[in-house]
Amino acid sequence: MKNSKSVAFVREGMIDQQPAPASQIGAVRWLKDNLFSSVLNSILTIISLLVIFWVLSGIVPWMFGGVWNASSLSECRDILNERYGNTHYACWAVLTERWQQLLFGFYPAEEIWRAVVAFVLMLVAIAPVLFESVPRKLLWVTIAFPFLMVWLVWGGPIWGPLLVALGFVLFYVSYVVLERKSSTLLALIGSLVIGLVWWMFCVGPLSEALGSALPIGDLERVESRVLGGFMICVIIGLSGIALSLPIGLILALGRQSNLWVVKAICVGFIEFIRGVPLITLLFTASLLLNYFLPPGTAFDLTLRVIIMVTLFSSAYMAEVIRGGLAALPKGQYEAADALGLDYWQSQRLIIMPQALKISIPGIVNTFIGLFKDTTLVMFIGIFDMLGLSNAIRANSAWNGINWELYIFIGLVFWICCFSMSQYSQWLERKLRTGHH
Amino acid sequence: MSAELQNHLADEVAIQITNMNKWYGDFHVLRDINLTVQRGERIVIAGPSGSGKSTMIRCINRLEEHQKGQIVVDGTELSSDLKNIDKIRREVGMCFQHFNLFPHLTILENCTLAPMWVRKTPKKEAEELAMHFLEKVKIPDQANKYPGMLSGGQQQRVAIARSLCMQPRIMLFDEPTSALDPEMIKEVLDTMVTLADEGMTMLCVTHEMGFARQVADRVIFMDQGQIVEQNEPEEFFNNPKSDRTKLFLSQILGH
Amino acid sequence: MTTMIDPPKAAGFHISQLLYDTRYRSMTIQVIVFLLVMGLGAYLLNNTIINLAAADKDIDFGFLGNRAGYDINQLLIPYSSDSTHWRATIVGLLNTLLVAFLGCILATIIGVVAGVLRLSKNWLTAKIMSFYVESFRNIPVLLWILAFFAVLSEMDRKPRSFRGEDAVNNMWLWDSVAVTNRGTYIPAPIWGDGSALVVITFLLSLLGIWAYGKWSHRRFEATGQILPNFWYKLGIFIVPSLAVFFLLGRPIALSIPEIKGFNFSGGLHIRNSLLALWLALSFYTGSFIAEIVRSGILAISKGQTEAAAALGLRPSRTMNLVILPQALRIIIPPLISQYLNLTKNSSLALAVGYMDLRSTLGGTTLNTTGRELECMLLMMMVYLAVSLTISTFMNVYNNSVKLKER
Repeated sequence: MKNSKSVAFVREGMIDQQPAPASQIGAVRWLKDNLFSSVLNSILTIISLLVIFWVLSGIVPWMFGGVWNASSLSECRDILNERYGNTHYACWAVLTERWQQLLFGFYPAEEIWRAVVAFVLMLVAIAPVLFESVPRKLLWVTIAFPFLMVWLVWGGPIWGPLLVALGFVLFYVSYVVLERKSSTLLALIGSLVIGLVWWMFCVGPLSEALGSALPIGDLERVESRVLGGFMICVIIGLSGIALSLPIGLILALGRQSNLWVVKAICVGFIEFIRGVPLITLLFTASLLLNYFLPPGTAFDLTLRVIIMVTLFSSAYMAEVIRGGLAALPKGQYEAADALGLDYWQSQRLIIMPQALKISIPGIVNTFIGLFKDTTLVMFIGIFDMLGLSNAIRANSAWNGINWELYIFIGLVFWICCFSMSQYSQWLERKLRTGHH
Repeated sequence: MSAELQNHLADEVAIQITNMNKWYGDFHVLRDINLTVQRGERIVIAGPSGSGKSTMIRCINRLEEHQKGQIVVDGTELSSDLKNIDKIRREVGMCFQHFNLFPHLTILENCTLAPMWVRKTPKKEAEELAMHFLEKVKIPDQANKYPGMLSGGQQQRVAIARSLCMQPRIMLFDEPTSALDPEMIKEVLDTMVTLADEGMTMLCVTHEMGFARQVADRVIFMDQGQIVEQNEPEEFFNNPKSDRTKLFLSQILGH
Repeated sequence: MTTMIDPPKAAGFHISQLLYDTRYRSMTIQVIVFLLVMGLGAYLLNNTIINLAAADKDIDFGFLGNRAGYDINQLLIPYSSDSTHWRATIVGLLNTLLVAFLGCILATIIGVVAGVLRLSKNWLTAKIMSFYVESFRNIPVLLWILAFFAVLSEMDRKPRSFRGEDAVNNMWLWDSVAVTNRGTYIPAPIWGDGSALVVITFLLSLLGIWAYGKWSHRRFEATGQILPNFWYKLGIFIVPSLAVFFLLGRPIALSIPEIKGFNFSGGLHIRNSLLALWLALSFYTGSFIAEIVRSGILAISKGQTEAAAALGLRPSRTMNLVILPQALRIIIPPLISQYLNLTKNSSLALAVGYMDLRSTLGGTTLNTTGRELECMLLMMMVYLAVSLTISTFMNVYNNSVKLKER
């Protein structure tokens, strides 16, 4: 008792960790906490269980009792009648029969390996962009991929895509050379002129000459109109996003600019595109684009759609990148200025690498949106998966089949979009917490 | 005025600010600033927040544009001519309150970026130069790390090294220690003292009065966008003339 | 000293200043960009003129005054095939706005419920809502529209199955709503004499609720007393309108759908096309809104709740006074852009044959007159006007709630 007035205290032995009371742990505890913590909560749980039971009891037998092998809907129904006495079951046979068509459209069957190779290459090409841990050397595949894809999917001699790619090399080399001699802006203009001259006047004749002289890698040509299904969605979505990146970048910079003419033009373009539905732009592509081009130019619908989709997504891309730019602290601009970097140098070396990195989740989300929107091309006569499902139904063998096709299409989209959105959420979390 | 005399003056005078005025909209932030900085001179600028001291030194390398008056740096007038602006920015280094290192580049890349792209120094040479200055600020072993992995004090020292890599003739410091934890302030100030001892022309906006006493040739006190008092540090601290200065000193030296 | 280093200010203008002087540089760049864009525009325009001339067409909006010559199956204003194309355009636009408006309301309800339930402490409910959100927003809305349409038109509820004493299917809600595979029939109001008065009373009582809210708030500020506002407001909402309604001898009657022969008559017929589009758009957009609501609530830091609790505010007041005002500031801007998306997505009406703007002006009118350029232009402008109106509201709102920070 003598010590009770003193504030001095020294602990002599440390207390070991004790197990929590039994009521705080275990499955019962979890159930109580998460499902039956209050009356309202218990009611919610019971309602939820009823909903789940109702949905599953309707769907599960239908799905798992389905028929996988039949050549037409009527045959399928015959089998079901024989087996169960009614037809309340799925007829998955349509997928067994037509899955190739749903994925690749009317692509010639013996050439489908090309589409598959292109698809695998695409995964390899995207990996280093999305994941930092992937070896940087794979970025070369990324750079080469667009040209390889065109060659693989559309066929023809390899020279065309190769020469176009060479144009980019030419553009880059001339830019580097010119930049040493003059200012960045002049170098950009100069190399752009050189590149354009090459693409417009040299690529065509050269590729023809080389094609006849050295017919290397001459794949059988495939017409655009036989492209379809899942493949056309990927092609349109991917090229739309990739091509819209540079345009979106310029638009975003223009919108941030304090030159009001530039700003007004960019804002006008962005707001116009974002203000009208994609479907009107697609109809423009199919009905009007030929009006705007010099008389006699006719190029195929797929390309026209890609142009329109690119313009469409570039407006959304611009807004995403603008968000990335706005997220950068002002100090980065100031530090670049104080070191004497000029506008384009600081954009290229300091601002863009950071802003684009912050924007990747947004870009992926834009891509998800665009990818889902590619289903709209069915309205202008391109056979994407939904378009094909109509075509399949138009065939007398499968007339009347709905759900099996919709479920397949929905599942394909869901797998793609869900994994992409999980990726973008993962990246967002990583960016929020992580340093390098 | 002969060109010869001008060159001669430029050798002596590092920065010449004459009747400089600046407005943010209607707000008159800088009023009739006159300041001559000799080569090799070390100046500390103090004053309450919002007094325009940061704005003033940011005008010197055109991070802010002045609207009236004249700024001549190293014999080059700061006008709307881009070539002059580029030239001055090459000669004037700057350190910021929040360091503003480039987080996506390593320490070494931070230091070699401007020499390579602005001065067109070959990469190898730029790296040697960068290592030299990183050694000087005593963090050569961090060269391959990213800024986010360093402490605040280390980051600020890297920022100093980054500016030095452009081999500037004038260094501007905009409150270099006010975003730092107390225990890190000293390492940054030590670096600045070393720099001062080597004869660098320095303008520092800072609240570190110990630093001012130790290295400054002159202390300038600003309030409400104007220079209120300037003097040698001993005189300034021991015998302030203006009431505003006295009030300010009593507030910051009170504890 | 100053005069000695006077710059050569009056040295005149050099051509190089156009590029290297910050004062002129921006001008130069803007002029160049302007000329380039104008050039591109002129090029496209020139092509169009040549192409139109070659096709022997011109640009003329006069066709809008001509007889349309086709029927529209859903009318909000009087229209017949003898009306003009312009009238058809308006009918289409109204149909677009109708489905957009209905969609926004239902999507908000679904989204808020799902978003809040997803945060529920009940694990099972939260998981079900996650399942809903993830499945709807990762599948194209077009597929949902088609799926909903298929559900509605393939149900085994033909109108004639409602016939007779022992009918296979029954009407719902005390025999007032008939859901059939040919569309849904609901009671429709019949406006008798004096119904205008009832409506006016109802509108006035809305005004009264607002005025009462103001008054009770001022009273609260003056005296510190808190009234049971909800019940008073509910009273003002119901009582006067009902009183007038009965005093005037029930001027508003309902027309209940009834099965006559093989089909229903009376009531209001909602086509499956509208229903499918409405439901699909609502559920699809609702899944996005759920996410917005959820993240809006989550974004209000725990610190805010704790600060409010530390001040002694009760949980319900914390919600009203601290959490909601802040969460709404985060929620509303993306919410409005979802409304914008819903409105634009309503153009997918095409898939189910709903007669919206795209289907009248951009569909039948375009095809029968052959005026692609004019129709597309007009249609884009109308959509643009609708979008800009919505986003203007958004900007006004954003500016009014922006946190005042230094």
